[in-house]
Amino acid sequence: MELTHYVVLSCILFSVGAATVLLRRNAIIVFMGVELMLNATNLAFVTFGRMHGDLSGQVIAFFVMVVAAAEVVVGLAIIIAIFRARRSVSVDDVDLLKS
Amino acid sequence: MPTVTSVAASVAASSAVSNEVPASLELAPYVILLPLVGAAVLLLAGRRSDRWGHWLGLATAIGSFVVGLVLLVGLLGLDAGERVYDMALYDWLPGGTLDVGVGLRIDPLSVTFVLLVTFVGSLIHLYSVAYMEHDDDRRRFFAYLNLFVAAMLVLVLANSYLLLFVGWEGVGLASYLLIGFWYRERKNAVAAKKAFVMNRVGDIGLIVAMMLMLATFGSLDFAVVHEQAPAASLGIVTAIGLMLLLAACGKSAQFPLQAWLGDAMAGPTPVSALIHAATMVTAGVYLVVRSAPIFDVSPDARLVVAIIGAVTLVFGAIIGCAKDDIKKALAASTMSQIGYMILAAGLGPIGYAFAIFHLVTHGFFKAGLFLGAGSVMHGMGDQVDMRRFGGLSRYMKVTFVTFGLGWLAILGIPPFSGFWSKDKIIEAAFVPVEGSEWQAWVFGFTALIGAGITAFYMSRLFFMTFGGKRRWNDGSGDVDGTGPQQGPVQHPHESPLLMTLPMVVLAFGSVFLGGLLAWGDSFVTWLEPVTGHAEHAEPVLPVWSLITLTLLLVVGGVILAWRQYAVADVPVTAPPASALTRAARVDLYQDAVNETVFMRPGQYLTRTLVYSDKEVVDGTWMGGAALLGTVGRVWRKAQNGFVRSYAATILGGLIVIVAVVLALAS
Repeated sequence: MELTHYVVLSCILFSVGAATVLLRRNAIIVFMGVELMLNATNLAFVTFGRMHGDLSGQVIAFFVMVVAAAEVVVGLAIIIAIFRARRSVSVDDVDLLKS
Repeated sequence: MPTVTSVAASVAASSAVSNEVPASLELAPYVILLPLVGAAVLLLAGRRSDRWGHWLGLATAIGSFVVGLVLLVGLLGLDAGERVYDMALYDWLPGGTLDVGVGLRIDPLSVTFVLLVTFVGSLIHLYSVAYMEHDDDRRRFFAYLNLFVAAMLVLVLANSYLLLFVGWEGVGLASYLLIGFWYRERKNAVAAKKAFVMNRVGDIGLIVAMMLMLATFGSLDFAVVHEQAPAASLGIVTAIGLMLLLAACGKSAQFPLQAWLGDAMAGPTPVSALIHAATMVTAGVYLVVRSAPIFDVSPDARLVVAIIGAVTLVFGAIIGCAKDDIKKALAASTMSQIGYMILAAGLGPIGYAFAIFHLVTHGFFKAGLFLGAGSVMHGMGDQVDMRRFGGLSRYMKVTFVTFGLGWLAILGIPPFSGFWSKDKIIEAAFVPVEGSEWQAWVFGFTALIGAGITAFYMSRLFFMTFGGKRRWNDGSGDVDGTGPQQGPVQHPHESPLLMTLPMVVLAFGSVFLGGLLAWGDSFVTWLEPVTGHAEHAEPVLPVWSLITLTLLLVVGGVILAWRQYAVADVPVTAPPASALTRAARVDLYQDAVNETVFMRPGQYLTRTLVYSDKEVVDGTWMGGAALLGTVGRVWRKAQNGFVRSYAATILGGLIVIVAVVLALAS
């Protein structure tokens, strides 16, 4: 199995994740898209680490996981807070930032 | 360029000016202090001094005159060669190489002025007590009058150009305050402002002259400057002379800075008599005569002085012929008479003494004429239009007689005062100057013809006021054709004693002063320590023929005026007239010229500057701000608050960056 396939898979996963973030309105689904993109990058990191024969790619993948975990905690907390306030988890309802 | 040490050495070497003041002259500072204290008390005490303020003003003026007399006696008690003193009072600005001290110059010239200013000033204070009786602001009026007298005395007693400048500005301020004394009327306030601004133009001349003196001589003291003037370069001295002349033109209402004097008549009549006839406007003559050593070095500057004087004397005389306002006609006459003085001063050593002589006699008879005009206005309900007077001799006998004596004096009829002084100026104007004989003929005939025109317009003024038929409404309602019955009802009456007394005293001066001072050339001899001795020079025409010619012209002018304004009926409104008369009625277009040449371009310039400031300077910054605002407004549309749109932007940006990196890498 060629390492290129992993890169292609990573690209596909990233694109699916990005499309999810851009196209879906439900905050939870958007969140899942973000996770998908993060994992796509993780896959790319590991693949390139393997390709170059050093460990730094794998180490960064761990960092990304840690950051992703923290991000999930904060993100879900925000989503719950918004849901409590507005009875909605649609990202398009939360557009007060513009004014 | 002389250094300061050499200047000091040369002053010490000069024996003409003594610094050791004899005891008899030590009172000199009190001449100035008395009216100055008077002004300060009257201004600071405010309404509290309303009841006695005018008497205090009068007392300080008289006190100042008495001190002046003491100075005169003190000087007369000394030898003629020892009559020039510099009295140092205190150091004003001690500054190393530049030491400015306050000191008084006591010599025949300054004492002459002190006596003229304080004597005429005292009489006019006395007159004003009655003239301003019904004015609520009489105390303020006397405060300003005192301030004026003090400033004028500083001007004539100063021993340096800087202190002279202090007095120069002081009289300008007092003149401004008094012209605009009835400032609630817009016309008066505008006239005051006009006088002030035109005087500032002249003052620039004095300031520049002082700068040139400082740069050249390192000092502003008369003693140093006059001592060093012959050694300096001719160009610099000529420049100083011309700048001093500019200053004199501004203060003395000489061409081309003459336009303010007519409007200055907006002030109360005693002010016109004291400031705008007898004293302040003659300060220019004083400045030129005082700076005689400078003008003696530069014949060119002196020639310009004489030309300015000759032009103004004709200019003023022509205006005087057409004015119907009695005070403005007198103002035009003042301008013309000062033209005579400036002309005499421009003739050099043969003319200096006569300039001052005419100044003194003019101070008396013109002040008398103005007070007479004030008395007429007082009796006629502040009417100034001479076409509304006529036949007043029966109603105001004292005014008529004193005014008549002043009229004869200004005409130059012997043996009245004006004859002795004006005739000497005409004679001096005819004295040939080596190298340019044309001057004698030009200046001589200008002065001669000026005397004829003077006779005409002063007689016109006199006959229109006191002679002819009544042209005012006496309220009797008779319709037999003795006078018009329209206009305000007038009850002409003689003025109170306080007003007629000064007029009588001045009339005595108009009659006797000239002859008295001319007796044995005593006045000229008295001034010699200052003006220098001038050898008697023969005019191009014999003296007897000049006197005859002058008198013929004067009598001709009087007869002409008598036929036109005493025998014939004078129309109540100004009739249509020739182009020259129309021009003279509007002061020979002096205001129009000033407005076209200076005011309008000035306005355009400021308007252009304001416009360019708005459009270019402000426009640059305001335009930059507007541009940033527009950019901001456009970009703000991107901030729509939708999270997904931000995400799409980020993604788009990322794709662009990746594309650029890939493109660059390949």
